[in-house]
Amino acid sequence: MKQIQSIISLFLTFMKIGLFTFGGGYAMIPLIQRETVDNKKWISDKDILEIVAIAESTPGPIAINAATFIGYRVGGFLGALAATVGVMLPSITIIASISYVLAAFRNVVWIQYAFKGIRAGVLALIVKALWSMYKQSPKGIFSYLIMFGAFAVTAFLPVNVVFVILFCAAAGILRTLIIGRRGK
Amino acid sequence: MMIYFDLFLTFLKIGLFTFGGGYAMLPMIQEEVAAHGWLNKRELIDFIAVSESTPGPFAVNIATFVGMRTGGIFGGLCATLGVILPSFVIILIVARSYQKFKSNKLVNGAMNGLKPAVVGLIAAALLSLAQTVFVPAGLNTVVFGTAQFYVTLGIFVAAIVLAFKKFHPILIIMLSAVIGVIAGLIGIF
Repeated sequence: MKQIQSIISLFLTFMKIGLFTFGGGYAMIPLIQRETVDNKKWISDKDILEIVAIAESTPGPIAINAATFIGYRVGGFLGALAATVGVMLPSITIIASISYVLAAFRNVVWIQYAFKGIRAGVLALIVKALWSMYKQSPKGIFSYLIMFGAFAVTAFLPVNVVFVILFCAAAGILRTLIIGRRGK
Repeated sequence: MMIYFDLFLTFLKIGLFTFGGGYAMLPMIQEEVAAHGWLNKRELIDFIAVSESTPGPFAVNIATFVGMRTGGIFGGLCATLGVILPSFVIILIVARSYQKFKSNKLVNGAMNGLKPAVVGLIAAALLSLAQTVFVPAGLNTVVFGTAQFYVTLGIFVAAIVLAFKKFHPILIIMLSAVIGVIAGLIGIF
């Protein structure tokens, strides 16, 4: 009985988190912290830092990573499932409804003007995101080489993004191994 | 039937190869969605604006949207399931032994290569999207004399200033929309 309660609670809490965070990614962390640390006391402040670190070094959206991780800690596999479905449900419902609305308004001339302006604004948001990622990235000759190499190869050559990602991960591993050996 | 499978696999790949979430997904999404002809670049930018103004993670939003447009409700579900499945499975594995995972030298090494790579990849995606916004008719056309170019540039610069002053993205999108409508009404757009 108690397990069912905590699973329902996980589902509802993460649905709330999914409903009230705009933009996704790191924007979700403060709300996740308030709900799961301050309100429900499922995990500690230190756990939140761990979760951010793990979410960063595993693939996929941060919200899904965090929901699955906390859900698993609190309620095992079913808990992970409940939290993950919960955090996605508002998105899916809202986007599904909006896609009909978007299709209906696509040809309204006002909307077209608005989106011409919006596109320039969105570019600026990407510039901002790029800057925060740059700040979080390690610095140094190796990092700058990877950064510039990844940029140049994808921007000017028909190279697959997956290939670039695999190559850069391998380069990072190789570098760690070489430095580790030299250290001994 | 094929389309559902294709949506699922494509978004599975996107979910598996993006580290960092949010805009880190942009390069993969741009490449895959364009390669399949599901969304052109302009539609992708428009959808980023929609995703910033609606709740939930970008990955889930765009998977649902692209999936629904290509394969209805079931298509949306297939794409969304695909994009979250790698995260879900990997976290379940990591959650059991996360202390070990966190201090693993190979994982940290891979991250030292991945973090700067994501910066470079997003920069490349940005360049490609900027081309569509600033030079919509193609690179060989002359745009530098047109009022449309300067208004677009103005919105872009103003939005950058606001974004770095930590204005909320939704506010920036709304202001850009208002300027767009005004520019349209006086015949610039």
